[in-house]
Amino acid sequence: MWESIAHTIVYDWIGMNPATHTAAALQFFLHETLKIGFLLLIVTHLMGVINALFPVERVRRLIASGKLRGGEHLVAAVFGAVTPFCSCSSIPLFIGFLQGGIPLGVTFSFLITSPLVNEVALALFLGLFGWKVTLVYALSGILLGTVLGVALGKLGLERYVEDWVWEIARKKVAAASGEGSRPPVRDLARAVSREAFGIMRKIGPYVLAGVAVGAFIHGFVPTGFFERYLSPSNPLGVPISVLVAVPMYASASGVIPVVQALVAKGIPLGTAMAFMMGVVGLSLPEALILKKVMHPRLLGVFFGSVAAAIILLGYTFNLIF
Amino acid sequence: MTIKVLGTGCPNCKRLEAHTREALGRLNLEADVEKVEDLPSIMSYGVMSTPALVIDEQVVLYGRVPSVRDLEALLQARN
Repeated sequence: MWESIAHTIVYDWIGMNPATHTAAALQFFLHETLKIGFLLLIVTHLMGVINALFPVERVRRLIASGKLRGGEHLVAAVFGAVTPFCSCSSIPLFIGFLQGGIPLGVTFSFLITSPLVNEVALALFLGLFGWKVTLVYALSGILLGTVLGVALGKLGLERYVEDWVWEIARKKVAAASGEGSRPPVRDLARAVSREAFGIMRKIGPYVLAGVAVGAFIHGFVPTGFFERYLSPSNPLGVPISVLVAVPMYASASGVIPVVQALVAKGIPLGTAMAFMMGVVGLSLPEALILKKVMHPRLLGVFFGSVAAAIILLGYTFNLIF
Repeated sequence: MTIKVLGTGCPNCKRLEAHTREALGRLNLEADVEKVEDLPSIMSYGVMSTPALVIDEQVVLYGRVPSVRDLEALLQARN
């Protein structure tokens, strides 16, 4: 549907010559912008509703309740995927979880999936790569968080968390009252909508910029251009792209459209997905923030293991797709 | 009224402070507005997602940035 709308605009209304690069680029830009805009609208509203029903405090209470009997890591990872991630909230959240009596490994599960799988990334993946790739991305993100959370939890890394964190955690502070966070029910729809549009307004420019770059690549870069350097037959392609990605901090909204265009021009999908996970899941700003609560050694273990897992996933994706 | 805006310095926290000050201005209300950025203090209020708004030592909202109008309603109710 969006494709035919874009087609109509570029070729019937503006009357461009279909053979030109510019026409191809413009059509891609319009088509993707419309489709992504629509998907984003839906996904942000959906997430808003989920978050209104399941605020972080409720998640923490559920996990700490002991009712989950071993499933805590999975639940933490799933909720990490569903709750929005503002990197400035990562520390209050980290401490808040420990304060609630939740083990370090489970907290890590949440901390790993939270930036990695978020509604914006999912909406973009859906629009640009289709639902199968999106599902694989979401599931592997959650799997990564769960498995690594369990593994890290067994390493006894608690002593590498800064002492002042444990001191605060020991002071069992009554959680901020639930009604503080949720607006009254009758205003819920309005609040969810306003929050959803707020998110769209915030990331909109990045998405447009990303799609514009992607459109340029679609229109002007010849297919197969990247195969020489990053084809699946080059075994170093995945680790290199992940290592480049980790220190980068780019909003998922800007990166994903660009990567989709690169994939269309010959970069293997697995390498591209690993790259995106590296960019979105780990970043220098996040490291700097987490450094305040963790000893460098713990931070190193955390980042190193997530990066290694992403590289592994990259190879796996290259095999599947 | 003593108001504290809790946040570690990201754009959302700054927006909450700005919206709060604007709401106070529009209502012509006097209040001390303090930005709290150090973590131990923020955590002492039991908040898990920033930014957060504390009025007279009570947490009234966290994890979101309401519109100026919603803040006006909130502040008026508390006055």
